[in-house]
Amino acid sequence: MENINVRERIAGCVADFLNIMSKRLPDDVYDRLCEMKEAETLPSACSVYDCMFENIREAVRLDRPICQDTGLIQFFVKAGAKFPYLSEISGALEQAVRIATKKTPLRPNAVLPFDEKNTGDNIAPGSPWIEWEIVPDSDSLTLEIYMAGGGCSLPGKAVVLMPSAGYEGVCDVVLEAVCDRGINACPPLVIGVGIGTCADSAGVLSKKALLRKIGSRNPHPKAAELEKIIKDAVNSIGIGPNALKGKESVLDVNVEFGAHHPATLAVGVSFGCWATRRGVLEINRELNCEILSHKKTLEL
Amino acid sequence: MSCENTENKKVLTTPFREEDIRSLRAGDVIYISGTMVTARDDGHKRLVKNGVFPEIDLEGLALYHAGPIVCKNDAGGYDMVSCGPTTSMRMEKFQAEFIERSGVRLIVGKGGMGEKTAEACRKYGAAHGVFPGGCAVVAAKCVEEITGVEWEDLGMPEALWKFRVKEFGPIIVNIDTHGGNMIADNKKIFEERKAEQKKVLSEKLKDFH
Ligand code: SF4
Repeated sequence: MENINVRERIAGCVADFLNIMSKRLPDDVYDRLCEMKEAETLPSACSVYDCMFENIREAVRLDRPICQDTGLIQFFVKAGAKFPYLSEISGALEQAVRIATKKTPLRPNAVLPFDEKNTGDNIAPGSPWIEWEIVPDSDSLTLEIYMAGGGCSLPGKAVVLMPSAGYEGVCDVVLEAVCDRGINACPPLVIGVGIGTCADSAGVLSKKALLRKIGSRNPHPKAAELEKIIKDAVNSIGIGPNALKGKESVLDVNVEFGAHHPATLAVGVSFGCWATRRGVLEINRELNCEILSHKKTLEL
Repeated sequence: MSCENTENKKVLTTPFREEDIRSLRAGDVIYISGTMVTARDDGHKRLVKNGVFPEIDLEGLALYHAGPIVCKNDAGGYDMVSCGPTTSMRMEKFQAEFIERSGVRLIVGKGGMGEKTAEACRKYGAAHGVFPGGCAVVAAKCVEEITGVEWEDLGMPEALWKFRVKEFGPIIVNIDTHGGNMIADNKKIFEERKAEQKKVLSEKLKDFH
């Protein structure tokens, strides 16, 4: 296939998926929200959940984005080393964002620093944001996509602690971020925690944690335990939907880690809001696309 | 009990009477019908700081902290596409004087507001309520017609959009006229519970590794 056609094919397929992602939640987020709504008893919190679910239904019926803030688009690319069109990927992803911004439409959210100008089409250095990973024996392409909204990106942070701060220090960072700005990020929240050596690696790991499925646990038993401990602690604060109080406040807490230097303990934390819009799309070497994250909610 | 929308909706209609607003309590869930007008940072600044008043008489109406997305329709008017609430706290600096000078009775937005606004609400008989964040499609659906726009020079999000709504809500009353300031109070409670949880965590994590 000619490379120009390849690029258009991938771009079209990704643009269609961006359109879906802005209008429907991934299955795991939707299922967990249903569960939280069922468990809630406080009348004001119930009315917020009712409104969210009406919003989810109406977004589908009226074919409109769930939230007006469709975020800055982030792609986490897992490219098979044997995928035949590696050099076409970044151009195709940019093209996809350009198309979806016009057609869906996505809100233009890319502002150039120093010029402080909105580019109007979501295309700018760093927008879309692309992170790469090469998968040695694969010939397909997997895209994890996240729409980073303003309200839910605001509480994020990365700090480097002294190792003596320990896991208590890690939890402190999370609780402070939740109670400071997290309460304005349209809770209930998804919380991704990254542990590593530097601010940058902890930050990236926290976003990877945020991308992991709700209900999945870290394979390391201690990390899985920490996920549960943080989740219980945040739920005990009783923030509830929209910080109006309520039974549960988090959809889930996921922890990802990498080795830390003996002299540092870096913690990153990333947040998603109730309308966490993320998705997974797989493209094989024949350029057939399969959506992995939205099966049930495509039937809504 | 789980969430079921079984209660009767409490609907207030503009122009709001002072006694209706004074009867509200923080935590009440209400819906409104009638006229809403949007204003954000620049609109507040123009009215309070520059002393410029719009042609729309705001007395007794609902003020909405929102920067809507609208589109021109074939009839030469505008249609509402999306109008989720924006963070109310940004307007705290001007809100009290805005209430005093304009006579609005209900302010709708996202998140809490401060003591100055709360005091103005008590004094002038106004209230602040929150609409669920991110629920922009539901909000737009409650808009029956955009009936006017002023200060378009401020740009689409900052202009004063006037529209007729039907049962716009849920609006959860946050600041009432009786000293209730729910989200500010919640914040204090969350801070206390956070401190408690830190102690619990410290105990739980003592032999964690
Ligand atoms: S935090 Fe999420 S739901 Fe709330 S306004 Fe931002 S993107 Fe929308």
